[in-house]
Amino acid sequence: MAPIEKPAPATTPAVATPSSSYGVFRRPVESTGWKSWLFTIDHKKIGIMYGAVALFFFLVGGFEALLIRLQLAGPNGTILSADKYNQMFTMHATTMVFLFVMPMAAAFANYFVPLQIGARDVAFPRINAFGFWCFLGGGLFLNTSWLLGGAADGGWFMYAPNSSIPFSPTNGIDFWGLGLQITGIASLTGAINLIVTVINMRAPGMSLMKMPIFTWMILVVQFLLLFAIPVITVALFLLMFQRNFDATFFTVEAGADPLLWQHLFWIFGHPEVYILILPAFGIVSEVLPVFSKKPLFGYPLVVFSGCAIGFVGWGVWAHHMFASGIGPISVAVFSVSTMAIAIPTGVKIVNWTMTLWGGKLTYTTAMMFSIGLIVEFTIGGLSGVTHAVAPSDTQQTDTYYIVAHFHYVLFGGAIMGIFSGLYYWWPKMFGKLLSEKLGKWNFWTMIVGMNLTFGPMHIIGLQGQPRRMYVWTEARAGEGFFNLGFWNLVSSIGAFILGAGVLLFFINVLITSRRPERAPLDPWDARSLEWMTTSPPKEHNFDVIPTVGHLDEFFHRKYEDRGEGDHHDFHQVATAEAILAEQEANAEAHIHMPSPSYWPILLAFSLPVMAYGIIFNLLLIPVGAAIALGSMFGWSLEPHTASAGDYDPPAPDGSAELEVSTHG
Amino acid sequence: MADTAVHDAVAEHDDHGHATSTGLSNNKLAMWLFLGSECLLFGGLISTYMLYRGRHTANLGPDQVWDIPFTSASSFVLLMSSLTMVLAVTAAKRKDDRNTNLWLTVTAILGSLFVAGQVYEFTSFYREGLGYTTSLFSSSFYTLTGFHGVHVSIGVIMLLATVGMILKNRIPGDKAEVVELVGLYWHFVDIVWILIFTLVYLIPA
Repeated sequence: MAPIEKPAPATTPAVATPSSSYGVFRRPVESTGWKSWLFTIDHKKIGIMYGAVALFFFLVGGFEALLIRLQLAGPNGTILSADKYNQMFTMHATTMVFLFVMPMAAAFANYFVPLQIGARDVAFPRINAFGFWCFLGGGLFLNTSWLLGGAADGGWFMYAPNSSIPFSPTNGIDFWGLGLQITGIASLTGAINLIVTVINMRAPGMSLMKMPIFTWMILVVQFLLLFAIPVITVALFLLMFQRNFDATFFTVEAGADPLLWQHLFWIFGHPEVYILILPAFGIVSEVLPVFSKKPLFGYPLVVFSGCAIGFVGWGVWAHHMFASGIGPISVAVFSVSTMAIAIPTGVKIVNWTMTLWGGKLTYTTAMMFSIGLIVEFTIGGLSGVTHAVAPSDTQQTDTYYIVAHFHYVLFGGAIMGIFSGLYYWWPKMFGKLLSEKLGKWNFWTMIVGMNLTFGPMHIIGLQGQPRRMYVWTEARAGEGFFNLGFWNLVSSIGAFILGAGVLLFFINVLITSRRPERAPLDPWDARSLEWMTTSPPKEHNFDVIPTVGHLDEFFHRKYEDRGEGDHHDFHQVATAEAILAEQEANAEAHIHMPSPSYWPILLAFSLPVMAYGIIFNLLLIPVGAAIALGSMFGWSLEPHTASAGDYDPPAPDGSAELEVSTHG
Repeated sequence: MADTAVHDAVAEHDDHGHATSTGLSNNKLAMWLFLGSECLLFGGLISTYMLYRGRHTANLGPDQVWDIPFTSASSFVLLMSSLTMVLAVTAAKRKDDRNTNLWLTVTAILGSLFVAGQVYEFTSFYREGLGYTTSLFSSSFYTLTGFHGVHVSIGVIMLLATVGMILKNRIPGDKAEVVELVGLYWHFVDIVWILIFTLVYLIPA
């Protein structure tokens, strides 16, 4: 990760080796090996690490889900005790929401937003690294609770006062609150970083309405994070003071209001739902046009409906609380606003369908996952509208019908989108195509598995089976078509098919990584800027920062419109290889990238130290605070690029210049 | 003349070789976004306090424990620190390091005085019997004002660190902008206090 001095050939970054003569304070300048990952501030490496860790947590959360389904496969399940079952569903949801879907979106955003807007990195590369290490630290901290007395057991929305010490005396909820506090810092710093990047670092000519749609959706999500995270931060602080310092916020006998937590949580929690789904919407809006050979239908409408979802998303939170007695006026208002938010979502569905309409469709795995999203998310969206009808929702609250709904929107929506993105962008990230044959198997097992798992939950729920019950009994299972036992078994079988489908993805990755053949430069005939560089991209992304004249700039560089008036007739005038070769020939002479740094990982490390301190021994807090303060000073005093003496042999003159394209 | 001014402004933000898309500096935009996020943090804490301020034990409610003249004085001290902060920012824009450091230090001293006042206030409330766990009112009051106090304390550390870095000439990039960023944070914390002072102390419970 050394500063790169041109005109050295851009495809081979200079390999730097460290100098030992500067002791422990030598800058970590390695461009290969484990240190190049640990101390990296390159947005692409950080994106890959986000993705790898998120996929690991996906397996953890999936394992927890399988245990839950094993327990419920038959009557009077004995796989899990009631206590373990509570921990299992709490951690399953927490892991999937905070440690898989959110960081997976962060992975794509980190990797592709700078590439899509023609930038060399994010605005604050060191803060970016800090965010990743906070996410990893927070996630590991949260999961150490399994070994230290038991995990959180209050459900993912952790309603108070049920989460107070008398009802949950282990440290699980303390781990949960503090762990989410740490991953929240990752989200908040990431949000600020990406907003500044998108607003300030676009390539010349790229106005907001020429920005790729994925970048647009990520921008909306970052604003949602920016304003939603502080609200959960307040709630988590109140919970921490309640449990660890005897405050009375949720002590009902002292007069506390049990709705306080619900409001704070859902004011965060509902925007959070859009934080989870909008990145997937962005991904399919990239994938569908590419494999339909058409531009995205109604690009401005897709942008504005994304913004509308972002705005209206702040006015629907109390639809999670229809059964809590908030009063008829509140219920009516939130009922109407919830129905209203279905409109911009419907607009998107229509736009995607119209993108497919009349297109030359290629059914690649990425495309199939995107179409999967349209279908499955629409099912989830429709059951969602039934929740907007308050009387019906009162009936469905806390039943499996709700579980069915949010798995259709989150698995059928967010996760379908994520897998579409993985197949679509894999050749860009690693220079290799995932196997399409295995990919099809992957898709079909997942789609069959998910419908078998979550489809029956509609029936189970309408029959009245409550969520979070650790057993069901034959005596109350009902008869005939509506027999709970049968549908629970179907659901459990479906869960294992789904699990097998997910494993196929990892097998695909494994097999592909052993194959020698490289992916073509532009395997999908893609449209946006991230494809206008090598695969994987060079450390500095682009040899020449492109000047943008069109939405779908890369497409317009490859194809020329020879039609007249409203009639378009595109002819290929250049290949991706030719465009890249032209860039390399005109490469900019001086490209300096900021150097790696110890401080982000050290600063992030101080947070779990303080969090363990709050739970086990307050003396650890000053230790963590000292590490934090020290690394903040180290951070702000550190120059953006390593000095010549940091290299062995010392780098040639020039690398010590403070000439950088990004800093922070 | 005007042209030169514009050119200078561009050059100022051009600290990494490329002008930004909007012409705004990355650092300043980031600080504004952070402060926007902070509004929601204090919004949540203030809402919690407003919900719970009437829920207290018989003789230990807001109307019994407040010492309005004292808190008014410490509020005045904090508001004056915003004035000295402005003086520091203008000095930094004139590239006058001596006065920048002077006013940054005065701001830090005024901020510390405010925090000292808060410590004194908390101590006297505690002596009157208002502990952190006494009532919903006390928990939410101490949490809200405590969070604000921590923000002021962090601000003081930032001010002193800036003075130190200016003295050692260790500020990378645009010095005036760094001072301005600390100033933005500082004014924000002041404005939050105006809200807290009004809602918590002045409006009768």
